[in-house]
Amino acid sequence: MTKAALHLAPVGAELKGIRDGFGQGLLEVAALDPRVVVLSADLTESIRLEGFAKTYPDRFIELGVAEQNMAGVAAGLALSGKVPFIASYAVFNPGRNWDQLRVSICYSQANVKVIGAHAGISVGPDGATHQALEDIAITRVLPDLLVVAPTDYEEARKVVHAIVAHEGPVYVRFGREKTHQVTTEKTPFALGKAQVLRAGKAVTVIACGAQVYDALQAAEKLKKNHSIEVVSVSTIKPLDAETLLKSVRKTGRVVVVEEHQVTGGLGGAVCELLSQKLPVPVRLVGVPDTFGESGAASELLEKFHLTPQGIMAAVEEVACL
Amino acid sequence: MYQEGHTYSLEAIALRANSIREHIVTMLEEAGSGHSAGPLGMADAYAALYFRILSHKPTHPTWEDRDRLVLSCGHTVPVRYAAMAEAGYFSRNELLTLRKLGTRLHGHPHNRALPGLETSSGPLGQGLSQACGMAIAATMDGKSHTTYCITSDGEHQEGQIWEAVLFAGAKKLGNLVNLIDRNYIQIDGPTEQVMPLEPLAEKYRAFGWHVVEIDGHNLQAIIDACNDAKAVVDRPSCIILHTIPGKGVSYMEYDFRWHGKPPTHEEADTALKQLRSMGERIMTEYD
Repeated sequence: MTKAALHLAPVGAELKGIRDGFGQGLLEVAALDPRVVVLSADLTESIRLEGFAKTYPDRFIELGVAEQNMAGVAAGLALSGKVPFIASYAVFNPGRNWDQLRVSICYSQANVKVIGAHAGISVGPDGATHQALEDIAITRVLPDLLVVAPTDYEEARKVVHAIVAHEGPVYVRFGREKTHQVTTEKTPFALGKAQVLRAGKAVTVIACGAQVYDALQAAEKLKKNHSIEVVSVSTIKPLDAETLLKSVRKTGRVVVVEEHQVTGGLGGAVCELLSQKLPVPVRLVGVPDTFGESGAASELLEKFHLTPQGIMAAVEEVACL
Repeated sequence: MYQEGHTYSLEAIALRANSIREHIVTMLEEAGSGHSAGPLGMADAYAALYFRILSHKPTHPTWEDRDRLVLSCGHTVPVRYAAMAEAGYFSRNELLTLRKLGTRLHGHPHNRALPGLETSSGPLGQGLSQACGMAIAATMDGKSHTTYCITSDGEHQEGQIWEAVLFAGAKKLGNLVNLIDRNYIQIDGPTEQVMPLEPLAEKYRAFGWHVVEIDGHNLQAIIDACNDAKAVVDRPSCIILHTIPGKGVSYMEYDFRWHGKPPTHEEADTALKQLRSMGERIMTEYD
């Protein structure tokens, strides 16, 4: 796809919350589809469910702090034809209710949409207990479950439409902080498709979530020395092998960046693909098998090299191999 | 085959229960693994459900207005398979495929394998939450069917059960009925030694439920309790069925060691002789 056809946002556009895009998308699908119901475990405002709760009180269910029950109730609703969204922080949902996600939802093929908010290290001052860095790993292993990490506000809004159109369980994760805009209303989006946002020849940088913007920044800053291709992978499962392999056949070198443990997440998924289909040097930028800690979001992102500079260092390393 | 609109007599239901017990013994012996005590203890309840209480169509298992029966304690599924075969959901011969490769009758129930199962279960404590969801969906859609859940007593040691009990009470789910198989055994021994559950009825009442305790082998009591539960519309209902684990097979009754194992060929022979003799007694008793 040409750069013009992508309709990307200008650099320096207004910061917006991915969770706000989710909340907006939810209101839009609710108006279109009466099957949509929303379940909250005491975090209604924080996850931007309050608009839905006020507009559709008959389709909104408050369950209190009980994520396991929430997953089960949603499975029952889905098996009765509803399209339930269950929303909490990713450390609880799917962190606390993984067994329910596995059996009541995935094995039973219940059409539940699981929303893991406040994911990643950037939840900041709350500390390690609340920093979901394992959620992609524990969802990616479940058969029949799609795993999606939208890039920004607009994409999150589109993701909500796409996952309601998809019949089957889906996990969607996003962080709390406002982020830079990469896409616009006109940018095409399809569930299951990775997108080459910047064409290059020497290194493929693969990213999801807010790190897509950082990857583009790194590519721009390094453009005199390295021709970097940036691929946005919003759908982590199923992985768009075709797009990734096409890029890596050209570049032969890969950096993966994500706000997650370096084990088991997007980096793991990419390595599983490449090690079997196209073995090439890979560097992973993420949290290196350790728990997080309290601190400002920006400080923590810097500490774990989840910045344009961190990505540039990984590109330099892999480019020299 | 269960005939809709036909009122089955207590004798007919008792004979079905006895046939269900025979199927359970035969299936488990053939499978070579599985749970004996719980399924045998619940045969009367399942016979009453499938031949009197539930509104259902064996030839149309996805009928929209059917009563929902959620099995939470999935390990007791042989009794459900046996009851479904008796009711005509599938042939009795298929019962012998239990737990074998390619079967629809998995060791724990899987809704996508066998029509007529509402969900999949196995890990304990998950069914009541799903039954709550189905009950809410029915209310949202203006449907009048009832959602029944079958839970074991041992699974009340799982935290999720109490999340669901709290939730159903708070939301006043009047179209939800939880049938608890109170047989007082679990794998490690008697429930009251492993982790006491009493006072179970008082706990449910404190959470806002309508509660009755009955003899889980008294068919009339089971039917009456379910009818009463349907009449209570402002609260969820809990029916505590006091059952004898292994009921109908003398050497299994009350013995927790039969929770999780099948009979050998010789043991099955003895069990089937006892059950056939019971069948004759039922016909005399109701004659």
